[in-house]
Amino acid sequence: MQAADLYARRRTVNGIYLALSMAATATGLAILFLILWTLLRNGIPALGSDLFTETTPPPGSRGGIANAIYGSIVMTAVATLVGTPVGVLTATYLAEFGAGSRIAPVIRFVNDILLSAPSIIIGLFVYELMVLRMGHFSAWAGSVALAIIVVPVVVRTSEDMLRLVPASLREAATALGTPQWKVIVMVIYRAAIQGMLTGVMLAVARIGGETAPLLFTALNNQFWSTNMNGPMANLPFVIFQFAMSPYADWQVLAWGGAMLITIAILLLNILARLLANWSNRSP
Amino acid sequence: MTADLSLTVEAPRAPTLGRPVVRPQEPAVVAQTAPKVVIKDVRFYYNNYEALKGINLALHDKRVTAFIGPSGCGKSTLLRILNRIYELYPGQRATGEVLVDGHNILDAGQDLNLLRAKVGMVFQKPTPFPMSIYDNIAFGIRLYERISPSELDERVEEALRRAALWDEVKDKLRQSGLSLSGGQQQRLCIARAVAVKPEILLLDEPASALDPISTQRIEELIAELKSDYCIVIVTHNMQQAARSSDYTAFMYLGELVEYSETEAIFTHPREKRTEDYITGRFG
Repeated sequence: MQAADLYARRRTVNGIYLALSMAATATGLAILFLILWTLLRNGIPALGSDLFTETTPPPGSRGGIANAIYGSIVMTAVATLVGTPVGVLTATYLAEFGAGSRIAPVIRFVNDILLSAPSIIIGLFVYELMVLRMGHFSAWAGSVALAIIVVPVVVRTSEDMLRLVPASLREAATALGTPQWKVIVMVIYRAAIQGMLTGVMLAVARIGGETAPLLFTALNNQFWSTNMNGPMANLPFVIFQFAMSPYADWQVLAWGGAMLITIAILLLNILARLLANWSNRSP
Repeated sequence: MTADLSLTVEAPRAPTLGRPVVRPQEPAVVAQTAPKVVIKDVRFYYNNYEALKGINLALHDKRVTAFIGPSGCGKSTLLRILNRIYELYPGQRATGEVLVDGHNILDAGQDLNLLRAKVGMVFQKPTPFPMSIYDNIAFGIRLYERISPSELDERVEEALRRAALWDEVKDKLRQSGLSLSGGQQQRLCIARAVAVKPEILLLDEPASALDPISTQRIEELIAELKSDYCIVIVTHNMQQAARSSDYTAFMYLGELVEYSETEAIFTHPREKRTEDYITGRFG
């Protein structure tokens, strides 16, 4: 084949690939914007002071989703506070202490399985572990289920971030006569902190929208409740319940909740991204 | 990267080269004082690969000793034995004796952190810790001394002055050490190493990542520091070895080929391989 023919052929193939990848990108973006648009169009009518101040109403009366917002925030916060230290410490073992050990690859593998485990299984596990034993649904059980989802995400991201810290920094700190724990706490963590925070935020975004683990643990509550030892309302469950209902006013509230949760997760992701970029710029 | 890789790539075994004749006990180097460090039949293994094949060498206090040789010859490996930094990596081990002031630091009972406080090290790439310039220096001091804030200020200033960095950073001590230029970062690392008042200073190609001006400043610094420390420098740069060292050890394929006063090595090398190397015939 002539060189010119070859060149023309390459140009054609290149053009086709470019068109295909752009079409794929456009499809993905279009779906995302369609979802956002639908959420905004249906969710904005639900906005009003009631949404944030009133509890979930019986059908036909006025109300909001304040109890669900509260429940989601509290359970997500508790789960993050419990799951993050466990995840960070595990990642520290994997990245810093377990280098030559035989158990570290096993832990990493198990963690990867947990990372991709269906969240309903985790919900059922905590149901067996806590709900059945305590005899009732509770926000504690919900928090534990969410924490179990947080741990593998944090382990994975934190370990990756710790591994990105150059060995030369570890050597330099060690060469000063620094004990290993101090090398880790005072030098390595500092170098990796932004990346690790990004991982935590991604974990928060992940559990913010989880429904299945709460189904069997925190369940739901029609009323305002701050009792961690009893069932507690939460956004995903309220969305599920209200969206499937035949009542128009409930459906509006479900749209409002869905919009809130999406915007919150979107903001968290943007924040995580900004933080990651920021950490890349000043390594 | 393993040592044998770089060996095969960069220093092919030349058939004309015979076994090295090393005369460790021969007083080629006559010093007025007893040596600070005596290296006796030191062998080093990366797993099963023998990277150092029985090194015998004496290092003198208040003198600069340069280790030269082609990549993979074991000069950095030998340096890393002197503070046992290699112990960070499983699979690396050293045999033989390294006597520092008559005390074998390769003993299993040797406290590694105390050893490293006594034997400072500066690496090829600048390794400022992710903290302020002040804290970079204070970090090491705080590890081993409990001193008042004003004393600490003095010690930090003293160390920065020693490293000829004080005038450049005295107005921005609270800024991140990462905000400095490469040459400044390297001097910061030298300041950090001397701040803990070590007795031996190991420099692993300290200027190879720097521009000529910064390199010159580092060399001037070495000449200054010589009056207080036993300095060992690994370098690829023959001119640097000739300029800044009192003694030079030429290593090749894990063996010490020749060790003598720097002037003698560069003007009347006893070994043909030394001559070939310093005249640029290989390596």
